[in-house]
Amino acid sequence: MDLRFTADQRDFRDEVRTWLAENIPAEPLPPMDTPEGFEAHRGWERILFDAGWSVVNWPEAYGGREVGLVEWLLFEEEYYRSGAPGRVNTNGITLLGPTLFAYGTPEQHERFMRPMAAGDEIWAQGWSEPDSGSDLASISTRAIRDGDDFVLNGQKTWCSRGAWADWMFCIVRTDPDSERHRGLSYLLVPADSPGLERRPVGRLDGEPAFAELFFSDCRVPAVNLLGEEGQGWSVAMATTSSERGLNLRAPGRFLAAAGRLADLYRRASAEHDVDPGVLDQVVRAWMAADAYRWQTYATASRLQAGGELGASASMMKVFWSELDVELHATALRLLGSHGELVADAPEAVDAGSWMSGYLFALSGPIYAGTNEIQRNIIAERVLGLPRK
Amino acid sequence: MQFSFTDDQVMFAETVRDILANECPPSAVRASWEDPDGRVPGLWETLAATGVLGVAAPEAHGGLDMSTLDLVLPLEEFGYAACPEPVAEHAAVAIPLLSGHAAGPVADEWLGRAAEGTALLTAGSPTDAFVLAAERADLALLCADDEVHAVPAGSYTAVAQASVDHARRLARVDWTRGPDTLLSDDPAVVREVLDRGALAAAAQAVGVGRRLLDLTVAYVAEREQFGRPVGVNQAVKHHCSNVAIALEFAGPSVHKAAWSCAQGEGPEGGDPSLDVSTAKVLASDAVDLACRAALQCHGAIGYTIEHDLQLWLKRGWALSASWGDAAFHRRRVGEALAAG
Repeated sequence: MDLRFTADQRDFRDEVRTWLAENIPAEPLPPMDTPEGFEAHRGWERILFDAGWSVVNWPEAYGGREVGLVEWLLFEEEYYRSGAPGRVNTNGITLLGPTLFAYGTPEQHERFMRPMAAGDEIWAQGWSEPDSGSDLASISTRAIRDGDDFVLNGQKTWCSRGAWADWMFCIVRTDPDSERHRGLSYLLVPADSPGLERRPVGRLDGEPAFAELFFSDCRVPAVNLLGEEGQGWSVAMATTSSERGLNLRAPGRFLAAAGRLADLYRRASAEHDVDPGVLDQVVRAWMAADAYRWQTYATASRLQAGGELGASASMMKVFWSELDVELHATALRLLGSHGELVADAPEAVDAGSWMSGYLFALSGPIYAGTNEIQRNIIAERVLGLPRK
Repeated sequence: MQFSFTDDQVMFAETVRDILANECPPSAVRASWEDPDGRVPGLWETLAATGVLGVAAPEAHGGLDMSTLDLVLPLEEFGYAACPEPVAEHAAVAIPLLSGHAAGPVADEWLGRAAEGTALLTAGSPTDAFVLAAERADLALLCADDEVHAVPAGSYTAVAQASVDHARRLARVDWTRGPDTLLSDDPAVVREVLDRGALAAAAQAVGVGRRLLDLTVAYVAEREQFGRPVGVNQAVKHHCSNVAIALEFAGPSVHKAAWSCAQGEGPEGGDPSLDVSTAKVLASDAVDLACRAALQCHGAIGYTIEHDLQLWLKRGWALSASWGDAAFHRRRVGEALAAG
């Protein structure tokens, strides 16, 4: 065991830190989930890509640097510490990306990876349906083979970035007589497909960050299947492990937030008396972020030795999502009556970012499989408790 | 960055685990409650033969000259077995303190016998009122203000204080400070006593938590009500999952703190005391949760003195509170965070 970063890793970290300090936009970008904000964030992805920072752990052929897992974690730590803009193509890069590498054909790699890395094609996830949330295997959107195409009919919902994304990665039922996990396929759908209608849905903060997708005899070329027809469930499960574990929400995000929370505490306590109980909560949040960081580095070592993430990703998902809620709730307690102010308020602290962060954090225990479902998965697949 | 144990470290822990499984089953832990010294007959000698007691002692004194990092996995096993022997205080606190700070004659007098197990050392926490195994020990490391003293058994009196965990033989220790027993008057050494003890308690607490979870998972998978195992119910599953999550994140935190203590600084140059405090908080909170969930999931049978669950419940409560409870260690980190 040696928990120090190597000289190369420290050099890499310094290079990331320096580049970010010199290149982060001077003015904050407009909110990501507005038409102008979406394009501004797409532009930032291009800047990252051109400098080789958009997908550091990917092969060089697709714009990456082929760095290891530890370097990627370091990149994430620096990225969030720097306060750089949010990543508009996270769903593509961290959820679809690893699945495409694992299940895609060489032709699909050539077609999709580079535009994804460059932000030329922003991806949204089309999985949930009005009647299929936690129970993903119950989805009913149909895709029936017709010549070289699939013909899609049905509805998807809660598609983050779905209003303006260029592509959707969807799970659809290609065998109309199938039930549950069988007969599903994983299909890549262009947003401009005829027969696909999108409607933005306002999130809790009012931004149209979701979309509903309506498919009416929507034709999608069959070459856009990812994996074999009927193999969709197992391909999808590869994504869920990425989604729940370290890929989507690396510890850097929470370490940075915990650091800012400690700073907020120091500012607040310099101005007025802060209840010692609130400091205790600040410490809890800080320790949880630290624990997630080191559990992740331990996991990285395990993966590098040939281990698998598997269902333990569910433990990570519950842990980071709940720590994020507690961390932001603690910040709002520190802010007192300023806590409810949003960005437009003249006296908003930190541009209202703690409330917007709180609103976002509250979605964590819901998306990517609710934490109740995660706890079932932990009980059944990690601990081996009986399903029935 | 390599966050994993060596094969040797893992095998050493497995050796300890096998010994404890054979020589320290629940019946032996239970029998220790009736033993005058709280001992498991023969166990101390078997452990001594493996070298685990003298892991941290210098080779010149018959030890293995290894570090906290080599002890942390075996300490988890002592918790997993609810071992009554005071291995942590002896091997993980007193021996490394004497090895690092004792003058030649004191080290010569004690370290060799401690490493081979013929002398028992104990240590008192600056946070706690009572000292484990003080009546039975030959030498106690005791803190007073900024001083640490190594006090031979004849120079202190011990008044037994019965613990809810009868395997833990606690005592109020009365002694008088003098130049003969002074080990160090450096406050950093008092902090080292606390850090080593808190880390050892945290590692044992993680082991206790794992045993509680294993016992609970086995019980709820087998116990049937309404014609099916109680463990099919989500309410029960979620209790178990919460414990699994807490332990999953406490473990690496404890291992990182062990590495930091062995190095004398954190991975990025931080204060190892803060790593220890973080580890103790996560371990204390995890074992507290494990105790509550295990008892609730066992129902009334777990509330009986006949069921073995109580051996780990009581050890869990004790380890959570000793060497600084979660609130103490959060405050220690809080002071550092508040100062910036």
